[in-house]
Amino acid sequence: MSRSHVALLVLLAVLLALPAFAGAYALSVATLILYFAYTGQAWNVMMGFAGQLSLGHSLYVGVGAYAAGAIFFHYGIGPWAGLWVAILLCVALGVVIGFLAFRFGISGVYFALLTIAFAEFTRIGFDHLDWVGGPGGMFLRVAQRDTWDIANFRGPPLMYYYAILALTCFAFVLCYFLLKSKAGYYWQAIRENEEAAQALGINTFRWKVYAVALSSAMTAVAGVFFAFYYNNLFPEQIFNISRSIEIILGPIIGGLGTLFGPILGAAVLTLLSDGITELLAALGWEVPGVKQVFYGVVLLVVVMFLPNGIWPALARRLKLDA
Amino acid sequence: MLEVKNVSKSFRGLRAVRDASFTVPEGGINGLIGPNGAGKTTIFNIIAGVYAPDSGEIFFDGRKIHGLRPDQVCAAGIGRTFQIVKPFAGLSVLDNVIVGALQRSRNVPEARRFSQSILEKLNLASKRDLPASSLTLPDRKRLEVARALATRPRLLLLDEVMAGLRPTECDLMVQVFRELNRADGLTILLIEHVMRAVMALAKHIGVLHHGEVIARGTPHEVVRDAAVLECYLGEETEV
Repeated sequence: MSRSHVALLVLLAVLLALPAFAGAYALSVATLILYFAYTGQAWNVMMGFAGQLSLGHSLYVGVGAYAAGAIFFHYGIGPWAGLWVAILLCVALGVVIGFLAFRFGISGVYFALLTIAFAEFTRIGFDHLDWVGGPGGMFLRVAQRDTWDIANFRGPPLMYYYAILALTCFAFVLCYFLLKSKAGYYWQAIRENEEAAQALGINTFRWKVYAVALSSAMTAVAGVFFAFYYNNLFPEQIFNISRSIEIILGPIIGGLGTLFGPILGAAVLTLLSDGITELLAALGWEVPGVKQVFYGVVLLVVVMFLPNGIWPALARRLKLDA
Repeated sequence: MLEVKNVSKSFRGLRAVRDASFTVPEGGINGLIGPNGAGKTTIFNIIAGVYAPDSGEIFFDGRKIHGLRPDQVCAAGIGRTFQIVKPFAGLSVLDNVIVGALQRSRNVPEARRFSQSILEKLNLASKRDLPASSLTLPDRKRLEVARALATRPRLLLLDEVMAGLRPTECDLMVQVFRELNRADGLTILLIEHVMRAVMALAKHIGVLHHGEVIARGTPHEVVRDAAVLECYLGEETEV
């Protein structure tokens, strides 16, 4: 077993044992970190691996959340069924966007604009969809907080913590094997030079669509988690472009295209930004928007001093596999 | 093996290739020479599927290949290199070649083994773990060739792989291609400015000027051809 494996197992053990000595607040912060780690991993498949920049991943979070949420809200059917509806809808959306863009050779920033456009008009669409509450939002029944109702995914914060931890581990293992597989090689080749990739026999259109489909499916699951964890959904919030930006900051700061970057980036960002908010609150200052300013500063510093992200540099320092 | 029939291609009214026809026999090493802007790379790009020809036909083993996408042309058995090298800069040298090898390998370990053997053939084995971005130009040219060979082509299109190489490196490459041609029966079509390489390698040469094939023959016939001398007069050529 290499140093990296040992380090990973230790980290996993710490995360598994965390609820035993963490308070309610620490547990909610840890849940938030893992949520951003997971969505970052999902986004990283598309941008980090295959080089396709999406600035509209809030679309998949939102549609996933609303799909599973609405099924529960209207029919009382738990998320284990809704999950599949959410995944199907998001994959369909992702494939449509990918098909449109890649068939007509839209790439780079123009592709990113297209992803924003889809997220935005879906937000406007949901604002006018009375079935899910329109702009007034949709509220899921908050059930007993002290029993684990796994069938309906209702329960104490601890349950959500372990659920998102399981998702993050699953995504990590999935990405680990993907990177070692044909798909990983093909995606990275497309990211590095699409023309050369095609000359080596890769059907670049098809493989890009695969990347979008997988990324949107993974993000849909995050949406389902979001719906049942927060219990309230507003189009204005969930589809907002700043939600998409939050998703992508973690992997960019942690290290694009790396396995551990999204997790590290999520931890650094969430801990530091919560720390600053706490600190200011303790000092009695209330500064609106300080979190956004802080994100900007961190992004600037990382881009200037660690253009490949924190993880590659840290991995070298710790002699771990990047 | 490769048959190019009356191919023409224009870009915004500029006729890059006019009614070009030539064939490459199985097992041959054919050269395509001509001054800058003669349409050589355009012909390559048409064969490789980057552009569809405006008119004319291309056959590979009797199968129509014009209008196919580049990945389909590659799958048909035609490998190519780029004049302006396009390495996967962030990947290691070995991983670059593995991408090509996956085209005809069942799995990644098999592709890795095959890629190793190709890197050894091209004297790149010692650099296999370096990122491709750290390679010098001659090594990048070799990597282009290694990657194209990894797709196990039966016809290899070489776009100025000798340009920028020192004469000794150039001779080394010539040796590699001769060996591939002799031992593996690889058919080669090369575009080249470096006459030293063309004369040493090609058994048959076509000369392109203003998009037209103006002469063809063995290397020795071609360099004595009056039309060829005229089009090269005043041109800078390396001999």
